[in-house]
Amino acid sequence: MNLDSLPDLRADALARIAGAQDLDALKAVDVAVLGRKAPITALNQGLGRLEPDARKAAGALLNETRGALTQALADRREVLAAEEHRQRLEAERLDLGETIGSSLPGHAHLISQTTEALEDIFLGMGFQVFHGPEVETDWYNFEALNFPPAHPARTMHDTFHLNLGEAESVLLRTHTSPMQIRVMQSMKPPIYAVMPGRCYRRDTPDARHLPTFHQIEALVIDRGISLGHLAGTIEAFTTAYFGRPIEARLRPGYFPFTEPSAEFEISCPFCPKPGAGCRVCSQSGWIELGGCGMVHPNVLRAGGIDPEEWTGFAWGFGIDRLAMNRHDIDDLRHFLDNDIRLLRQF
Amino acid sequence: MKVPLSWLREFVSIPAAIDRRQLTDLFNNLGLVVEGVEQIGHTYEGIVTAKVLSFDRVPKSDHLMLVQVDVGDGTPLAIICGASNYAPGDVVPLATIGTTMVDGRKIERRPVLGIKSNGMLCSARELELSDDHSGIMILSPETALGVSLRQALSIESPDLVFDLAVEANRPDAMSIRGVARDLAAQIGVSLIVAPSLAGVTDRPPAAPVRVSVEAADLCPRFIGAVLRGVTICPSPPWIAGRLTLAGMRPINNVVDVSNYVMLELGHPNHAYDLKQVGGGRIGTRWAKPGETLETLDGVTRTLAGDSATHRDGVIVDGADVAIGLAGIMGGASSEITDDTTEVLLEAAHWWPMALARTTKRMSIRTEASARFEKGCDPDTLPHAVARFVELLRLTCPDLSVESYEDVRVSPAAPTEIRLRTARVNLVLGTTPELIDDVRIAALLTPIGFSCRPVSAGVTAVTVPTFRPDVTEEINVIEEVGRHFGYRNIPRRVPLSPLVGQLSPLQRDRRSLRRLLTSRECDEAWTATLLAPADLSRAGQPVEAVALSNPMVAEESVLRTTLLPGLLRALAYNASHRNPAIRLFEIGHVFSHPRPGEVVPYERERVAVALAGNGDDATSARALFDAIVAQLGTKPRTLTLEATIDLPGLHATRSARIITTGTNVSIGSIGEVDPRVAEACGIPPGRRVAWLEFDLENLCGLARQPSTMKPFTKFPSTDVDLAFVTPDGVAALALENALRRAGGQLLDSISLFDVFRSPALGAGMRSLAYRFRFSAIDRTLTDAEVTKARQVCIDAAAKLGATLRA
Repeated sequence: MNLDSLPDLRADALARIAGAQDLDALKAVDVAVLGRKAPITALNQGLGRLEPDARKAAGALLNETRGALTQALADRREVLAAEEHRQRLEAERLDLGETIGSSLPGHAHLISQTTEALEDIFLGMGFQVFHGPEVETDWYNFEALNFPPAHPARTMHDTFHLNLGEAESVLLRTHTSPMQIRVMQSMKPPIYAVMPGRCYRRDTPDARHLPTFHQIEALVIDRGISLGHLAGTIEAFTTAYFGRPIEARLRPGYFPFTEPSAEFEISCPFCPKPGAGCRVCSQSGWIELGGCGMVHPNVLRAGGIDPEEWTGFAWGFGIDRLAMNRHDIDDLRHFLDNDIRLLRQF
Repeated sequence: MKVPLSWLREFVSIPAAIDRRQLTDLFNNLGLVVEGVEQIGHTYEGIVTAKVLSFDRVPKSDHLMLVQVDVGDGTPLAIICGASNYAPGDVVPLATIGTTMVDGRKIERRPVLGIKSNGMLCSARELELSDDHSGIMILSPETALGVSLRQALSIESPDLVFDLAVEANRPDAMSIRGVARDLAAQIGVSLIVAPSLAGVTDRPPAAPVRVSVEAADLCPRFIGAVLRGVTICPSPPWIAGRLTLAGMRPINNVVDVSNYVMLELGHPNHAYDLKQVGGGRIGTRWAKPGETLETLDGVTRTLAGDSATHRDGVIVDGADVAIGLAGIMGGASSEITDDTTEVLLEAAHWWPMALARTTKRMSIRTEASARFEKGCDPDTLPHAVARFVELLRLTCPDLSVESYEDVRVSPAAPTEIRLRTARVNLVLGTTPELIDDVRIAALLTPIGFSCRPVSAGVTAVTVPTFRPDVTEEINVIEEVGRHFGYRNIPRRVPLSPLVGQLSPLQRDRRSLRRLLTSRECDEAWTATLLAPADLSRAGQPVEAVALSNPMVAEESVLRTTLLPGLLRALAYNASHRNPAIRLFEIGHVFSHPRPGEVVPYERERVAVALAGNGDDATSARALFDAIVAQLGTKPRTLTLEATIDLPGLHATRSARIITTGTNVSIGSIGEVDPRVAEACGIPPGRRVAWLEFDLENLCGLARQPSTMKPFTKFPSTDVDLAFVTPDGVAALALENALRRAGGQLLDSISLFDVFRSPALGAGMRSLAYRFRFSAIDRTLTDAEVTKARQVCIDAAAKLGATLRA
């Protein structure tokens, strides 16, 4: 056996390895230079015929050569793999500005978003949320709320009545306050509740009024509840909602279902500096929010609650108007157009 | 209620330090919300009184006069003037050199046709005192010379007019004096008292007044007074001026005084021409059926006189002829005219409820009726008559009160209310340190409530007659709070002992909203009120609940489904070049009351209208699956039942959503009928997929148990089978049959291909399903899989679906 051809074989093999232009070609070269039928493999098989000493030396030489070729193959494989990867990446080039079409989530209506945000604040304050019917009886909408029949205060609510054959006893609720009675009927005090919902009044539509609008009502009935708690709660939730300290201002007002009653205003949360005045608050530093007061004893009685044992406060205000102010909406009528150019802004 | 500050000052001495802004705050804090403040009039700086001495035509001018006037120092001043309505001796207003006129013009000494003018004589219009521009304003001949015009006319100028919103429970604040009372209490000064009754109420009742006893439920007090020596003329400028500021038009001295007294004291009255009042007597009764009356506004009204339904109250004369609508408006026949020399003054009190029905029925509202409906003070009546006489004497110096008669049903005892100090503090949230018995009396007494201590912590409060709204303890507590000041009440946040959390339905509603927005749907809030035509256009029956008093026909019925609203919103957006959108809505729908119910049947629905590119009924189905999965509804609780009769929906691409087994319909799914879509303004060719659920029913369905269901560790095997299925066999029915056949070993089944071709035969389609089989405790053998496959094939065959070769 003669190893004289080994250097040539080695040089030839290295040249073939170096000449392989892709991984498939390299695999063929691998088989050709180190496979079963490769000349070097044939030389290996001849080792058995050598003397032990010569076999050892030749074996070492062959092993060294195989090792070198294996290494060369591995190196070449790495180079080619890298190149192949580079070419694949190049072939897959994509400009991410070139994408066509997109799938964006839809948007909850601004009234929903505002309602949920308010609900969440009250949930955090230990309140529960109640929803109720938009069609009400005269009893729930007026009488139980201490509006006797033909009471002049009824004219403050221009009411839509339903034509059901009976004389004006069923109507579209003019406020969320009937929910006060429904909540009182559904549970015993203590009651900490908010009740959002859609209401209706025969108002001529304009930028700031719609015959269909949304209110959120609050009702708290517990032992020792006072007007001071009412003012404190208004300040707490508006501060949470606007994310800056808010002061509430109560002005004596009149609602048949609360006494004492008040209109409440909050310090304008949109002024660049507190009290500075801005467009939203017409430079006054204050924003009118809604009506509030201590639940009238007659209303507690209508709800089956003893006014000597329990006292409570309630308020209601317009969700639409709040959203309008907060998001600088110029016309409430947008809310029912459902123009996606508006819906998708929020 | 318009309140001129100058008028208010007659009853309350307002410290000079209180400016316009502070007054506004004071009113607001009293609940007399200031809706506007108007500054009226001018300072008239530089305008003085002067007497005309003589005048001459200016040479070379056809209208200018050269007037010599005296400003009190005896030196004639030459003035050029364009008017000539004055005579020597007249006192006129003179704008001196340097005066800035109301319109901004400055009076300068400049020569006119070579003559220097030392000022300008003014017309009433130039002074903004009236519209009169016919000539120079002539002042009273007794006016002192050389004094300022403000002083001469006793104009408080500039004046402020506060426009106050007076709430329904504040009848006392419907007058200047009432507002003054509240303000005086708040700033801690006393109210200047009412005019004396001397010489008025002590006249004999020569012209009898009668108040029918039957009408005591109409009129509890009626004062009649006959005034002689009346001359009709214009009111003094200050009376006319104040009425104008308060929003009323001056007419003549009698009518103006009548209005003035009403505004000032809050109790309306009416002056009749005595000569026109038959029999010279006056009284009141309920109207007779069919009786007519021409009121001052020239309208002839037919009166109601049926005691069972409604009766109008009338004033009648001695011949029992109606001459006025009680508490609302006088009659035309006895109106004050320029010839009136004797006045029959009626000052009567009417029950609010007696008037309210008449004003509502006649849709009439006057300054008088507004006050009576809120509730007036019958005790003010004699003062109103006395004030009337006092003011009318200014223009009628010979005025005499010929007779005076006060007919009154016995007045109710004054209301006395037991007020507990502890209750005050409980309701207001104040402490005994802030409000005690003494403080309560100090707050209530200035506004007319008299307080008598009963025991420690209990006060007996007597309600003044001008506060008929105060009937219970809580009303008095409000008055204490109002004058204590809501801003002075310490504020606290109550601590709820409850857990704040949403109900399961509320959580589901929010969860659906999140899911739908994540599926590219935008949320719409559409109108509840529709036109019947909106319903029919959307293919709906027109049997909707209607309003009895709609504002417009377009909004006269309640929606029965969310379909018309969402289609309108899609069409709106399409018309603004955004046709490819998906919308959803969560809202209430209404139908006629169910048997035995009074109110309509009201349900909350969630509906989706998909008009995205490529959307069709399959998109609705995908969303249906997503909703069911999101809520965790138990699988196969719902079935889609193909039906051709869903209003507005595509007859062959829609289904009713029913509960499996019990067949309760809880919604609809599919596509909108293309004809309906086009009628509603959807661009032709665009499909609108539709899905609508009853929210409560959907969320009330059984949920998957929230316990873990084990899954196998062993490999599973997939088998694909395609079945040629007649159209009459619903795919979901086939799928359910296959699922049952697959039994325990079937992990999942999913439809992956559907196709129709002539080769399959008419009315047939191929449905290809992928089955995944596994067992919890082993790897399935080929034999087991083969057997399971065959069971499925057999089950399909029973429904008429054959394995496609």
